Formats: sequence, C-alpha cells, structure tokens
Amino acid sequence: MSPLLDVRDLTVRFPMPKPSLFAPRPHLEAVRQISFTLEPGRALGIVGESGSGKTTAAMATIRLTEASGGEVHFDGVDLLKLSPEKMRMRRRDIQLIFQDPYSSLNPRTRVNDIVREPMDLMEVGTPAERRERVVEYFRLVGLRPDQLDLFPHQFSGGQRQRISIARALTTDPKLLVCDEPVSALDVAIQAQILNLLARLKDELGLSYLFISHDLGVVRHVCDDVAVMYLGKIVEHAPRAALFDAPQHPYTQALISAAPSLARRKSKGYVRPLKVSGDPPSPINPPPGCAFAERCPRAQPLCREVQPELEPVGGSLAACHFPGPDEALRDAS
Amino acid sequence: MSDFARRFLGSRSGMIGLVLLVLLVLMALSADLLYPQDPWRMAGRPNLPPFTEGFLFGTDQLGRDVAAGIVHGARMSLMIGFASSVAAIGVGVVVGAVAGYFSGWVDDVLMRLTEFFQTIPSFMLAIVLVAIFSPSLESIVTAIAVVSWPPIARLVRAEFLSLRQRDFVKAARVGGHSRTNIIVSQILPNALSPVIVMASLMVATAILIESGLSFLGLGDRNFITWGFMIGAGRTMIRHAWWLSAIPGLAIFVTVLALNLFGQGLSDVLNPRLSRSTRT
Repeated sequence: MSPLLDVRDLTVRFPMPKPSLFAPRPHLEAVRQISFTLEPGRALGIVGESGSGKTTAAMATIRLTEASGGEVHFDGVDLLKLSPEKMRMRRRDIQLIFQDPYSSLNPRTRVNDIVREPMDLMEVGTPAERRERVVEYFRLVGLRPDQLDLFPHQFSGGQRQRISIARALTTDPKLLVCDEPVSALDVAIQAQILNLLARLKDELGLSYLFISHDLGVVRHVCDDVAVMYLGKIVEHAPRAALFDAPQHPYTQALISAAPSLARRKSKGYVRPLKVSGDPPSPINPPPGCAFAERCPRAQPLCREVQPELEPVGGSLAACHFPGPDEALRDAS
Repeated sequence: MSDFARRFLGSRSGMIGLVLLVLLVLMALSADLLYPQDPWRMAGRPNLPPFTEGFLFGTDQLGRDVAAGIVHGARMSLMIGFASSVAAIGVGVVVGAVAGYFSGWVDDVLMRLTEFFQTIPSFMLAIVLVAIFSPSLESIVTAIAVVSWPPIARLVRAEFLSLRQRDFVKAARVGGHSRTNIIVSQILPNALSPVIVMASLMVATAILIESGLSFLGLGDRNFITWGFMIGAGRTMIRHAWWLSAIPGLAIFVTVLALNLFGQGLSDVLNPRLSRSTRT
C-alpha cells in the first residue's frame, strides 16, 4: 500500500538575532532532516520531551510552519511545492486538533459558525447539506444540537475539545494532526477524548499524526511510535516493539521514567535508568549523537559520528550501540 | 450584547457620560428648531449679559445670540470630532493590522512611518496642514485625522501581534481561510474592544484640536464653532467674560462627557485593566 504521508529529510530552521552586526546569523535547527511515513488508517505517535521539535515537525509537515528543506508527499503530491491557493484547497484533507482548547476557538464566533466555516470556505456540499452536517458531527462528537448557538466560553474544556474535533472532521479529512490533544484536559476528560478519537479513527478510517509527551496516551491511540530527541527521530517502531523491546537507550529511559502502577517504589521498584541533565542546545548541535552526553552507553564514537536510523530487531533506531536494556526488562 | 448593556448600565461614570452625550447630540440635532435663524445674524443689542430677556447666554460685541452660537457650534464640534475619529481609526486599524499580522519588514516600515508622525507635535502639524490646504471643513477633518491615527495603529498592532499567535488563527488557516479573511473576520473582532475605548477618548481630543484651530482663526468661516467664539470674545474678557466662558464651558462639558463615556466603556470591555472595578 502506498503511504498517505511520506516525509523525507524535513528540516526546520529558525533565524536567531545576530550577535553583532558583522557576525553571520545563527540558526536554531528545531527539526533536523527527519523522515517518516504514515499508512492510511494508521496512527503515528511522535513523542519526546519539551523542545525536542515534535510539534514543529508536525506543523512543518502541514505547512503551518515554513520548512527549510525536505519533501512532504501527501497522497503523492509534495505539499511544500504547492502554491498558497492550491495548498488552501488541499487543507480539507488535512485537519488539526490543538493542545489548548481555550485558545483554539475564536471567542467571538458562535460554535455553529466555527464548525461550519471550513465547509463554507472549501465549498463542501450545498448550504443546506452543510447545516445538516454540522448537526450530524455535533452529535458524533457527543454534543447536543441545541448548544449550537452558544459561544465557546459557555463550554467546558472537554466540550471545547469536542467542538475542535467536530470542526476538524466536517471536511472529511484523510489525515488528522493531533497536537497534544489531551494534555490540557483533566484525566477523566482525557479518557473520554482519547476514546472518541480511537472510535472516530475506526469509523471514519482516519489517519493520525499524534503528538504527545505522554507515553500512556500514545500507547492507547497509536499503531506506530516515533521518538524524537533534539530535532531528530531516534527510534521509530510499531507500538508493541517500542514498548516491549525498546532499542535506543533514550527510549528506554523515557519508558522507565513513565509512571506506572506495576512498577512503584512501594513494591521495591528502583528505576534502572536515570537520565540527568538537559538536551544540548539546538543552536549548535553536537557533531555526534545528541544524546551522547546523557547516555549510559556512550563511547568516544558516539560523540564524533552521528548515528543514522537503521533496522534493529523490530524497530528502526539511530544508535551505535542499540539493543534491549536488560535491567529494564527484568524490572517490568 | 444584553450582558454588555447591563454592565454598562451599572457603570456610574459611563452612564453620566452617556446621558450628557445624548443631550449634546439632541441639542446639536435640534439646532435648527431651537434657533432657526442664522447664528451669525445680529439678534439684539451688543454685549448683553446672560439671562437678559430673550437671551439665555447674552449677546456678543456684534449683538449675535451666544446661545444660538453654542447650539449651532455643538453641531460642528461633534461632527468634526466624529468624522475625524472615524477617518483616523480607519487609517490606524489598517496600518496596525497589516503591521501586526505580517510583522517582519512590513512591520518595520509601517512602524517607522508611525513613529515619524508621533515625533511631530500633533497640534503644530495640524496647524501647518490646515494652513497649507486653506481652512475648510474637509481640511480640518483631514488634518485632525492625520495627527491622530498613530496611537490607534500602535494599539491595533500590539493586539494583532498577540492574537496572531493564538491557536484559533492557526485553526482558521487549516480551515481554509484566506489571509484577508483571517485578518478581517477572525482577528479584528477580537482586537476591537480597546480600539472602541480609545476611539471615544479620541473624539474628545479631536474636539479640543478643532477648538484650538478655530480659536487661532483656522476654522471654517462658513460655520460657527465654539473655538471661534472663544477666540472672538477673548479681547473682551474683562467686561464680557461670558463670551469666552460659556463656549469654554460647552467644550469642557463635551470633553468630560466623552471621557466619562470612554471610562465606562473601558470598565465594561477591559474589566482587568480598569481601576474602578479592581478590589
């Protein structure tokens, strides 16, 4: 099957202020030549700590942030080469759900119009069909049609996120980009929204590009997972392979750091992999592996040669010394 | 909107301002009914003091009815105040919106232009402009608009700079809105409340500038204005104080009404910034 989304060597660079008038302008490399594919009907999770470039990578993929290089093939068309008007019409196939449900809805617009506007602008169906669709999708995401004339501030956070999802779905998108869709919600609502997203994926055959820093959430929704560190993908694997047999030491550290009821201190659990310190600066990334300074397996080679993504076990990992972590396996 | 009305009704300064403004507008509108005669016409003996039989505010040195001048002058003051504010807001909103939305070099160019206007003393520039284009209603409105738009532009720019980062603007792009559409229908409605407050205060400033211009003899000679009346009466201030004092009081009341109204609007639209609602 040909992939729905095929991203090759995507790079995003932000210009920084010049330190002095004659100095060359430094650049911050938020995303460094990442490549991944997404098959139709599947969900790819992108995880990583703050500042790892996961949101920037997704935004550049759908052209909300200007990419500095690379190709993004969506349904066989390179999105980065489309004219603005062609891209605007293409957006009906690619929709987005935001992290903060309080700023993603225009406070001065009724939710009815918020949900209908994308259809109006992309000329989906007749006006009467659009009105019906708004009601239909409002029901689909679990809201009442009598709430259509209200303003966003009259809804709770979870309800707003449902409105956001309804708005994203009305144009029949093929790809839904979810940028931390539940991290701003409280835990009970998180579960509702995640179940809704999982149900919609099955019912409508959607593909998700799912950004999160919460491994539990990714495990619940995604089929494949890509782990990002300092603007690069360090491991890309199917869900089961990634959680059961992580190959990259950073992935192992992430998984061991996630809170879990099975591995709690009162049961005598000691975290095998503790990673201290912060990622290096993305303004002058190190020549070798970006994780080398914090990695328990680091060798002199790691600081000099940048590892590429290569198949290891059931995964792709960018590491000179990949392999399962024995301590982690024993503990879990 | 009903919520807005209810909160405005609860604001004391806003209501006083609104009532005064409504009275002034009614007075201006009914000028031809109250004083159907030309206000420039000689109506009685010169220099009659206020409350003389038939002349509420007395007469000036040429026997013109001061009360008729006040009523007809209200028309000019309010009209010039509103017209020039509308023009200034139009220019300011467009410049500010474009600068704030596009940022980068567009922002740099527009903001340097704005600062260029802000560094010139505004009343001086207004005098020069009116003097160059010869005093007429249009040239006065234009001159006041030209000197008043920069603060609006800066305010709108600041609002746009913060609003364009919000997720609903990204959502609008994903939803297929064009750039013009995003600026006009998505961001602008959210940026308007502080502009409305500033606009009401700007009308007051415009009225002051207009009065200053006609005091200096740069008013439109076809219409009587409060500033002109003060200017004409200033040489007689020792023995006919009312010729300057009464139009001065009219300006004072109008400007005060607009400021109170603006304060009321500000309390309602920007509750976080207002002093009167903070505890």
